Amino acid sequence: MTAPKEIVRLDVNGDAQEVGAPGHFTLLETLRYVLGLTGTKQGCDKGDCGACTVIVDGVPTLSCITPVQEAVGCRVVTVEGLATALGPHPLQDEFDLNGAAQCGFCTPGILCSAVALLERNPAPSRESIREALAGNLCRCTGYSKIYDAVEAAAARLNGASAGGQGDQP
Amino acid sequence: MLRLPPYRYHRPTRVEDAISLMGEHAGDAMYIAGGTDLVPNMKHRLFEPGHLVALKGIGELKGIREQDGVLRVGAAETLASVALDAAVRERFPALAEAAAHVAGPQLRNAGTIGGNVCLDTRCTYYNQTAFWRQALGYCLKKDGDVCHVTKVGRKCVAAHSADTPPVLMTLDATAVLVGPDGTREVPVRDFFVADGIANTRRDPGEILTELLIPLESASRRQAYAKLRHRRSIDFPLLTVAVAADCEPDGTVRSIEGVVTSLGSRPRLLTGWDDAAVGRILDDELIEELAARAHRQCHPLENIIVDPEWRRAMVPVYVRRALEGVRAA
Repeated sequence: MTAPKEIVRLDVNGDAQEVGAPGHFTLLETLRYVLGLTGTKQGCDKGDCGACTVIVDGVPTLSCITPVQEAVGCRVVTVEGLATALGPHPLQDEFDLNGAAQCGFCTPGILCSAVALLERNPAPSRESIREALAGNLCRCTGYSKIYDAVEAAAARLNGASAGGQGDQP
Repeated sequence: MLRLPPYRYHRPTRVEDAISLMGEHAGDAMYIAGGTDLVPNMKHRLFEPGHLVALKGIGELKGIREQDGVLRVGAAETLASVALDAAVRERFPALAEAAAHVAGPQLRNAGTIGGNVCLDTRCTYYNQTAFWRQALGYCLKKDGDVCHVTKVGRKCVAAHSADTPPVLMTLDATAVLVGPDGTREVPVRDFFVADGIANTRRDPGEILTELLIPLESASRRQAYAKLRHRRSIDFPLLTVAVAADCEPDGTVRSIEGVVTSLGSRPRLLTGWDDAAVGRILDDELIEELAARAHRQCHPLENIIVDPEWRRAMVPVYVRRALEGVRAA
């Protein structure tokens, strides 16, 4: 049985658009195979590995197990949406500087989980970072450099405004 | 790549509309809340409904509030929000703890407490792709007539693998079910049956709308302990919830323990009150209760983990939970 295409309204990286996708597509399939946003990775494809993590209304979300219709009316941010015209997101920069990416397959998902963390908690403790990234499997790095990069990005983002912001869970 | 089978997606905004949509497509529709279990299962062709009725857009299923001596937890609240809710953390810390340790962060952001209570049972021979299952001639729970765990059994022994039900049982919580024939309340401790194929008393047309936890249960000392391979994401291999009513000096008035992730439904440990009432929860009593738990639990190889090891872990985790109760 071929599934007919449906028109779904999505807001991806600030771009509100109508997308024609088979009604049984996941958000991940729509991003990758309809919109060509292949930065979001397809790993286990069943919600275990975290490679497909995107940010939906500020919340890290596994796009491989999200029916595309569930994203209608939400703001979706993928790894392609993190950089601005001014350059990469500070976290992306710190991933580079800290050597936090090796093979790179888990990186887009980790960036999304970590950016969402920094938005809700600008000064996370090491423990909060570990918890926030617990659902993103990395088989290369051993995580230490990833945590370093998130800490460095937090420090840079806080920059001038730094001054005793406690950790918030 | 795992593709979903085709389906039509419906997004009602009221419980009654969801129920009538379900009635319209009876036998060919399923409810979807967080989808964290259902979507992978659909990808594995364990379920192929022609229609999905989403519960996400229904406001009535949201909210956590105190009313008439009861904490009412909306079934569509995510596990993440239950884990962070101030009232839950203060009154029912074991429930907050259990919710905070289900799967990983993204799954708790999507998965709901109602979905956790209604979670399908799991088995090594069931949670696999259609190709994998077909190669083995399928199994009792889905498409086949043989159980690869017991080899001879005619009864499915897939494991109940949800974290919050054992805690809800020790807190005397009640599940509210709404269906075409009206509303009914079922105590969570009576909600499960020993059938791996369909282990809850919920009819497919019914929606679990709320969980009601009596506020008086907040006076119980509670604890929760969980064994799993990776503490970050995995399903439990063993889950223990304990709650005790104690005198101010620590003398036990009543005590209850529930173990799950072993068989098809959570197991209420028996004989605990006989051993514990009137005594102080000291090391000796903890050992006695842990030994009772060990005698009552006989895990099967429904998860490919040495069942003898899993059994040996029962007293270890019961002891940890009891030490948690003592420290509470």
